[in-house]
Amino acid sequence: MTKIIYVDNGGTERVVEAANGESVMEAAVKNSIPGIDADCGGACACATCHVYVDASFMDKVGEQQEMEKSMLDFAENVQPNSRLSCQITICDALDGLKVTTPESQH
Amino acid sequence: MDLTGASRIVVIGGGQAGAQALQSLRQGGYAGALTLVGDEPALPYQRPPLSKAYMKGEMAEERLYFRPARWYQDQNIEVILSTPAKSIDRVNRKVELAHGGQLDYDALIIATGSRPRVLPTKGATLHGVHDLRDLSDVERIRPNMIAGRKMVIIGAGYIGLEAAAVARQMGLDVTVLEMAPRVLARVTSPVMSEFFETEHRAQGVQIITGARLDHLDGEGNNVTAAIRADGTRIEADIVLVGIGILPNEELAKDAGIACNNGILVDRDARTSDPRVFAAGDCASRPLVHYARSGRLESVHNAIEQGKLAAAAILGKPRPAEDCPWFWSDQYDLKLQIAGLSQDYDEIIVRGDPKDRKFAAFYLRNGTLIAVDAVNSPAEFLASKKLIMLGAKLAPDVLGDTSISMKDIAAAALAA
Repeated sequence: MTKIIYVDNGGTERVVEAANGESVMEAAVKNSIPGIDADCGGACACATCHVYVDASFMDKVGEQQEMEKSMLDFAENVQPNSRLSCQITICDALDGLKVTTPESQH
Repeated sequence: MDLTGASRIVVIGGGQAGAQALQSLRQGGYAGALTLVGDEPALPYQRPPLSKAYMKGEMAEERLYFRPARWYQDQNIEVILSTPAKSIDRVNRKVELAHGGQLDYDALIIATGSRPRVLPTKGATLHGVHDLRDLSDVERIRPNMIAGRKMVIIGAGYIGLEAAAVARQMGLDVTVLEMAPRVLARVTSPVMSEFFETEHRAQGVQIITGARLDHLDGEGNNVTAAIRADGTRIEADIVLVGIGILPNEELAKDAGIACNNGILVDRDARTSDPRVFAAGDCASRPLVHYARSGRLESVHNAIEQGKLAAAAILGKPRPAEDCPWFWSDQYDLKLQIAGLSQDYDEIIVRGDPKDRKFAAFYLRNGTLIAVDAVNSPAEFLASKKLIMLGAKLAPDVLGDTSISMKDIAAAALAA
């Protein structure tokens, strides 16, 4: 299991033990993490699983594909460390990954 | 009616809408008795992958489920599976279950979904003829998804075309029969139909439009061919039927709740009975951005109405009503749709379909009402916002790819 830390907009941390191979979005939804809607279920179709990735993990979460890049272009309050959490696959290298959810997904 | 004192809530139907209602009720602070009754044996799962990644075997079953079994325990939700609801007694506020037993409610959410239209021809019940709606359908279909086998798909809607793409990619010999003169005729414009038809043909799918099916032929109990009205015979090892869905409204109708091609609901997902709500495919709702009512067969709609019903029961402010949106994955094409394109009077195509990356914008009196965006997420997301605002857009600007979609949206939003 890999430890993922979700921080909500108010600063509250929630720690989840996630399985390698599932996405950061799926681990959040299965553990009732608030602030990640993931309406499309991970098809990269809706941009409602936006998170901010902790700086120390930016080089470990993988490259953005073109589709994700364009989707994020239209999300609210995008920052350089913005990602769609359905596009980040959990693996050993992400143990301790901290992601922060934005104020709103819509 | 104020239902904030409700202490017994029943949700009928464990699809996307029912699952969302459960989640929104608990997330909204509802601590009373909460029961899910579903006719399928499985816990609530996502349907979209059934005709896409899951059908192709690229997605584990476990990933279909919205929540693991322990979530329902943790949330103190009683889950009754493999059990259709038989009737609703609105006077005594009880739901009768098919296998006996009944559930009392203070508030009821009907999320019974829809069912595939049945092929009205001879041979429809032969072995090897399938719908594609439930997990159990895919379990029956998948053992036959073997390279070289012949699949005939009846109906060139989204389900039929998504299945055709998966089957082709798995090496099956695929023929699609469509009664209308073009594919996706019910849901989109000729320009999009032509694009998808060309794409499927290039991928090796045989598409026959304007084709009337006479019947399905069989040997013993097994389907062997589709026979067209002109007598043409198309050999088949497996037949997939995707000719649309019908709302499961009978439970409500039999209980005297107003229905008209769907259970009629208001903007709060409330039916003609103030204690009863309906959400998802089974409901006919006000389409607030289009000044009419109708059914929407989509994930967005199921989620939104699940949230609306929960909010209304808990006495919370009505959640935002989004512009309707949809998506379809075929081959490496992601089609994203915002809005409802019926009633458009002008189409603007942005980009070149030959690049497999373009968008068709639909305008009515100069106002953007919908977009079909192929591998063009920016066009999709920008349009979603513009449609909700009723933005007027100049056709020459929309079609000009030298201006970014972001700039077009910003200019329209500032106007």
